[in-house]
Amino acid sequence: MTVPATGETATPAPTTAPAASVPASAAPGRTAEPGPASATSTSTDAAIRTHGLTKRFRSGQVAVAGIDIEVPRGAVYGFLGPNGSGKTTTIRMLLGLVGPTDGYAELLGERMPDASASVLPRVGALVEGPAFHPYLSGRANLERLDAADGTTRRSTRTARIDASLARLGLGAAASKPYRQYSLGMKQRLGLAAALLRPRDLLILDEPTNGLDPQGTREVRHLVRELADAGTTVLVSSHLLTEIEQVCTHIGIMSKGHLVLQGPRETVTEAHETVVVVTTSPDHRGSAVEVLTGLGLTAPEVAGTTVTAALGDVPPERVSVALVHAGVDLLGLEVHRPSLESVFVRLTGEGFDVAR
Amino acid sequence: MSPADTLTTDRVSPAAGRGDDDASTAQRRGATGRLLRSELRLVFGRRRNLVLLAGLALIPVIIGVVVLITQDTAVAGQGPPFLQKITSNGLFLVLTSIFSCLPLLLPLTVAIVSGDAIAGEAQAGTLRYLLVTPVPRTRMLLVKAAGGLAFAAAAVLTIAVVGLVVGGLFFGFGEVTLLSGDQVSTADGMLRTLGITAYVILSLTGLVAVGLFFSTLTEVPVAAMAATIVVPVVSTVLGALPQLSAIHGGLLTFHWFDFGEFMRLDVDYSTLGQGLAVQAAWVAIFGTLAWSRFTTADVTS
Repeated sequence: MTVPATGETATPAPTTAPAASVPASAAPGRTAEPGPASATSTSTDAAIRTHGLTKRFRSGQVAVAGIDIEVPRGAVYGFLGPNGSGKTTTIRMLLGLVGPTDGYAELLGERMPDASASVLPRVGALVEGPAFHPYLSGRANLERLDAADGTTRRSTRTARIDASLARLGLGAAASKPYRQYSLGMKQRLGLAAALLRPRDLLILDEPTNGLDPQGTREVRHLVRELADAGTTVLVSSHLLTEIEQVCTHIGIMSKGHLVLQGPRETVTEAHETVVVVTTSPDHRGSAVEVLTGLGLTAPEVAGTTVTAALGDVPPERVSVALVHAGVDLLGLEVHRPSLESVFVRLTGEGFDVAR
Repeated sequence: MSPADTLTTDRVSPAAGRGDDDASTAQRRGATGRLLRSELRLVFGRRRNLVLLAGLALIPVIIGVVVLITQDTAVAGQGPPFLQKITSNGLFLVLTSIFSCLPLLLPLTVAIVSGDAIAGEAQAGTLRYLLVTPVPRTRMLLVKAAGGLAFAAAAVLTIAVVGLVVGGLFFGFGEVTLLSGDQVSTADGMLRTLGITAYVILSLTGLVAVGLFFSTLTEVPVAAMAATIVVPVVSTVLGALPQLSAIHGGLLTFHWFDFGEFMRLDVDYSTLGQGLAVQAAWVAIFGTLAWSRFTTADVTS
């Protein structure tokens, strides 16, 4: 696709309305809520927190370079980054599969991997794609995982498996061997395994991989539904659009570093919202003067429009100042950068894998 | 012997130590039992493993049929030890079959299953999901070891039971003539056969530990299987070199064929004890290696 050099114009419908136009439909209320059953052990209000988490492989390659992730309870945290940026290694460290060479991670307030036994039963995970025994049926695979979890009740196993399979629309395929599953069904079974019991935290690594658009939508709905019920969700992806819409928080990885993190709205706000003033040809010069006078840097003139980075200046001040100066104000648009443009700016473009 | 050697590690593992009370201890035992049952279903439900067992079951059938057909011909009685005695007593079919399978077929089947134990789960990716379920790594290893031992036992028992049935059907049982020529009752002979079966099963425990260790080193099950089967083969080669007699006592396979001891009038248990002690040492060494590797390694599969 083509992204203009400034990257600012990718917002689908430029709005004339000021600040409130951020597509923050469901965001604000949710972040404030604490997790459901998580009230028991809250030594910290973060569901995931890492301190200088670092992984240097024996080859000397630094896959993760001292990152400080913070996922508030109840958040849907979009963990973004190109392939090879260190997302999966980070997730493996969070879950205790890989040991950090420096720093540490806390899940639900407890230090990993020491607290694996008490924390991980409350965490559902999908790590680098689903993986099951190919010659066992979907149901038998879930039975094996549930048997491996020493903290669940045997008596509720069948009911929980049925519910989880039904939730992911796998009821009819439950008795088919896993190797006959399509990629999308495999992915669903992976999600079904993560939802075998109520969880306080879900860590989903590329949950929509291999799903068709409809399946992707369903996963989004599922994530939203779980988050509404109070589950904290960390979703990793290298595809922005598929998770952008459900996230309350964003973290962007690039070459082992966490280059950006924060609530969904502020992440894009921090990056050059621009104001585009449309005026008559004669008034272009005075428009530039007014904008410069307001402290906006380097207004650019193109045709009948004058464009400048808004900085901290509220858009309404711009319009008032223009009118006061007698500038013909034919249009005023505020362009917020899309998450995609921020992402591309931070991680670089192109298909090259980061390393 | 063997499971107990490694079982102790579970109790001292740091992960299990915190906040221990009776309930969580009980829960952990229950959890190990659940996982073990699941593991056994996996091992004995897998078609490949059943084919291996079926292959082993064919050996006594083939030997029995051959002996039955050729018993009145000139070649009757030629072949491995005990073979000429089968026609007089079906019990010897068990001995002949075990004797024939012990050099290669039994170690091969054991190597396939124990080499696959961890590496197979790693290759399929299921290992990471078991570990984040979470299954503590020590428990995972113990359950895999138990599954491997159970399969080794099943392999030997398959030969023994099929040999017993075929031998009984074809040739019947009677008094058992021992190596010395003395005769003992059928019941005594049965007991001795049971002893042989148990001894051979225990003789394979060291190999299971070796296979488990190799299985923790790789995500490629075939590599672990191949490495595992190399060990008894090399051990047999070394055991055949008299120049190396100094190390013979510690070789994995050196005491394997001591099961013949059960066919003496007075069984020398110290000889058998030596064989079992060597296996215990191999289990201890390779069990520890597997444990230290598996509990510290990054799981990147």
